[in-house]
Amino acid sequence: MSRMQSIRQVSGLIISLLLLALPVQAQSPEQKGLEIAKERKARDRGWGDSRAEASMILRTASGQQIERKMRMLSLEMQDDGDKGLTIFDQPADVKGTAFLNYSHAIEPDDQWMYLPALKRVKRISSRNKSGPFMGSEFAFEDLSSFEVEKYRYKYLRDDKINSLNSFVVEQTPAYEHSGYTKMIVWIDKEHYRAHKIEYYDRKGSLLKTLTMHDFELYLDKYWRPMKLSMVNNQNRKSTDLITHELQFRTGLDENDFNQSTLRRVR
Amino acid sequence: MKSMWLKSILQHPWLILLLGVLFIGASGYGAKNLYFRGDYKVYFQPDNPQMLDFEQMQDEFSKNENASIIVAPPEGEIFNPQTLKLIYELTEAAWQTPYSTRVDSLANFQHTRAQGDDLIVEDLILAPDSLSARNIARIESVALQEPNLVGKIIDSDGLASMINITVHMPEEDKTAVVKEVADHVRALTDQYKAEYPEHKFYHTGIVFMNEAFAVEAQKDVETLVPFMFLAIILVLWYLLRSFTGTLATLLVIVTTIVATMGLTGWSGIFLSTATVNAPTLIMTLAVADCVHVISSMLFALRQGKDKAQALQYAMDINLMPIFITSATTAIGFLTMNFSNVPILADLGNVSALGVMLAFVFSVTLLPALLMILPMRVARQQQAKGQGIEAFGEWVIRHHRRLLPVTFVIAILAVAASFNNSVNDIATEYFDQSTAFRQSTDFQEKHLSGMSTVDFAIDAGAPSALNDPQVLQAVEDFSQWLRQQSEVDHVSTISDTFKRLNKNMHGDNQSYYRLPDSQELAAQYLLLYEMSLPYGLDLNNQVNLDKSATRVMATMKNLGSKEFTAFEQRAIDWMAKRAPELSVTAASPSLMFAHIGELNMNSMLKGTVLALVLISGLLVFALRSWRMGLISLLPNLLPAGIGFGIWGLMSGNINLGLSVVLSMALGIIVDDTVHFLSKYRYARGQGESPEQGVRYAFSSVGRALWVTTLVLVIGFSVLSLSSFSLNADMGLLTGIIILMALAVDFLFLPAFLMVFDKQHTSKEGAEG
Repeated sequence: MSRMQSIRQVSGLIISLLLLALPVQAQSPEQKGLEIAKERKARDRGWGDSRAEASMILRTASGQQIERKMRMLSLEMQDDGDKGLTIFDQPADVKGTAFLNYSHAIEPDDQWMYLPALKRVKRISSRNKSGPFMGSEFAFEDLSSFEVEKYRYKYLRDDKINSLNSFVVEQTPAYEHSGYTKMIVWIDKEHYRAHKIEYYDRKGSLLKTLTMHDFELYLDKYWRPMKLSMVNNQNRKSTDLITHELQFRTGLDENDFNQSTLRRVR
Repeated sequence: MKSMWLKSILQHPWLILLLGVLFIGASGYGAKNLYFRGDYKVYFQPDNPQMLDFEQMQDEFSKNENASIIVAPPEGEIFNPQTLKLIYELTEAAWQTPYSTRVDSLANFQHTRAQGDDLIVEDLILAPDSLSARNIARIESVALQEPNLVGKIIDSDGLASMINITVHMPEEDKTAVVKEVADHVRALTDQYKAEYPEHKFYHTGIVFMNEAFAVEAQKDVETLVPFMFLAIILVLWYLLRSFTGTLATLLVIVTTIVATMGLTGWSGIFLSTATVNAPTLIMTLAVADCVHVISSMLFALRQGKDKAQALQYAMDINLMPIFITSATTAIGFLTMNFSNVPILADLGNVSALGVMLAFVFSVTLLPALLMILPMRVARQQQAKGQGIEAFGEWVIRHHRRLLPVTFVIAILAVAASFNNSVNDIATEYFDQSTAFRQSTDFQEKHLSGMSTVDFAIDAGAPSALNDPQVLQAVEDFSQWLRQQSEVDHVSTISDTFKRLNKNMHGDNQSYYRLPDSQELAAQYLLLYEMSLPYGLDLNNQVNLDKSATRVMATMKNLGSKEFTAFEQRAIDWMAKRAPELSVTAASPSLMFAHIGELNMNSMLKGTVLALVLISGLLVFALRSWRMGLISLLPNLLPAGIGFGIWGLMSGNINLGLSVVLSMALGIIVDDTVHFLSKYRYARGQGESPEQGVRYAFSSVGRALWVTTLVLVIGFSVLSLSSFSLNADMGLLTGIIILMALAVDFLFLPAFLMVFDKQHTSKEGAEG
């Protein structure tokens, strides 16, 4: 009788010890995925604003290609998606056209466009986050800033990418009208940088693969890829987004990202 | 040599059978390599200029292959809550289609409008569960005024609407991919049919057209081949009244088909809508060989000879004629290699191989089988030949009247053959019993034809498309297209420019016109690109560097003549309106439109060659130049009459019919060879033409009648195909074979008796 009791006490102790150890030892894949995402965001916080000169190289399946040049201004926002201003420089007939985008995690973005030939700012109201950016293989949602609340996460496995140890995490978009059912992201363990993303379409087929190249370190803290390469796995078209020049903390503030400044940008 | 060969067969039938089984096993094993290709591209050579144009256009702009679902409410317009909800749900669900890249319908049509300085882009049907009468009225008024929708996505009377699924299918293993897509879409509609049982659903588009090719071919194999076997068994039983004879013939037919299809597999030729009917053709032709051998043998048996003697006799008198007729038939088939349609050339090669194998088997396996199998024959039926001999006497008696009568009929028929012209109506390849044809007929009645012609207009320099003058030319061309009676719908970038210009000016209708500067046009286009939804890009209409645009015309389902004429008219019009712009037209419809004419020209060459080769062979077989020359008449006349009858029945010569002439020629010379060789034999013995004709009738009359019966039945079976290229080919060939018999029995004897007279003494002296 007393022996039975002591066995019960011991096993009770073991069970409670196990229960205590569990959150540390056996974190669920969802929790681990979320933690990786939080760390990824944390490491990228505080860059403030940036100015970039960039080219987009669009290619058809048969290998024709064309380059479009633009400047991209970005402003980091706390508790919301970042603000972005894109000024088109080439081709010549769209020079000076400017596109202002307030990205939001789970609502449609706010978008305005200034057409110099019309001398008017037009607000575009649409649900086109999933639509292509300027005819490229990038969708708006691929280019907007990474926000933790945009997705639900699930850690899948460890892997190596570009000979770096990395996590492989599945992200499920929270935005109702996203073009994707899921994304698989490779994030290196050292700096928490995304190196490769696979996008899966509404029917669950692999749609596109994005790879990041030529990472450079800015302000001793922020890693940025100088080349983003998006390949459409279904129609074989591809787009490279190449950053030629990038500066941080250039003194931009919210006043540089509103409708009235749109028409003044050159 | 010949007797040694025969002796070894008769003495060692088991050995021959063993060798035969080994050969058939080895060749038949190649059937594992056979695979089926159902896509429409099998009709075109890899260097077909229209296909290259089309592929280049698809490279420059995006590929647009589609599977479409048409929905029609039980009565009245689609503008009711239930039908709109169905369209909405079906649109959402269709995104799950394998290989789909985009779904377009009334529900997710990107309606743009202005509100102050806001450009609002939204789906036309937003909340399908709470559609108010006002919402529905708004949807109706937008839909019925939208040039992008009316006549393509929605019936102008609002009675039906289409959900269009754009698919990007890999080129490898296309037949399986097509089936996967089609099966998925059908399962999807079945699901909604259960939920909306009173609505009607139809499937069209390139995917379903490709699938129909495959399905019809499969149906031909599943229904025509067994039907053919049944017909052959009945005919054999009727003609031979011998179980053994029927069984032996069936065995030879089966082995011929197994060996032919096996060797086809080894050679790497794939199966297609055309080649699946090779077995039916080969069966027909193989039966004729066997019937000749067996009926001769039965004749000898009845006369009291023993089996070996009877076989010896049958081989002796049949070997040469069977060889000659097989060779001429094979030559006819081989000249189908002149065809510009690869699968018709394949059909010719496979059939030629089959015909020659049938010959080999009917002089080796067949006698060996007949030697082994028990055979009983009643000694009677001497009266058999009487019918045909009596008919011969009737012809001889009336030859003076028959000649002018048949001559006049022939002239009239040949004159009627000028009613024919090359015309392929690709959508009518499938007869009205097929689901695909019912769908395209419904589509044509309510929305548009399923044919398209795409025009690429190239301005030559990057961004040049935005030039107002170029845009104006594109706009004028699009408007001109809309005025053409052949055109149901035009999709053009100039509409987008006009709509955006209006939206940018507060939806003021007076701005529904082209932008007046290059910069403005370019910036509109950029704005438009930035507002496009998932799966859509400008590339469908504008190329990468904006130097060219594609204007897509949806056409009525026309014949090839009308398509090529329309193409030429459009290009001429544009050359006059804007000579600085280069215009090319391309589409699957144009590919089919051109292939008919291209193929007819090359098949005419092939037919002339077939005629020369076959006539040469006849000169050799009949050992007389004069007889060879005379043979031209009964060889060509049946085709002339057959095409005359066709001219009165239809007049449209499609791809399938272009090869009929050379194919039929190879078959009908058989009759001539048999008839003329017997006639010549009698004349050589010093008989008069009248006696010669009499001898020909009595010796081969019945055999000709019998083989014609077999052939006509065989080709009639082919004419039951619901795929008109095969059905028409079978029907017309059947008609020509029947006419050949008529010519050989009515016209040729009369002709010989009237015109061969003066040469009697000379020939007799020579012989």
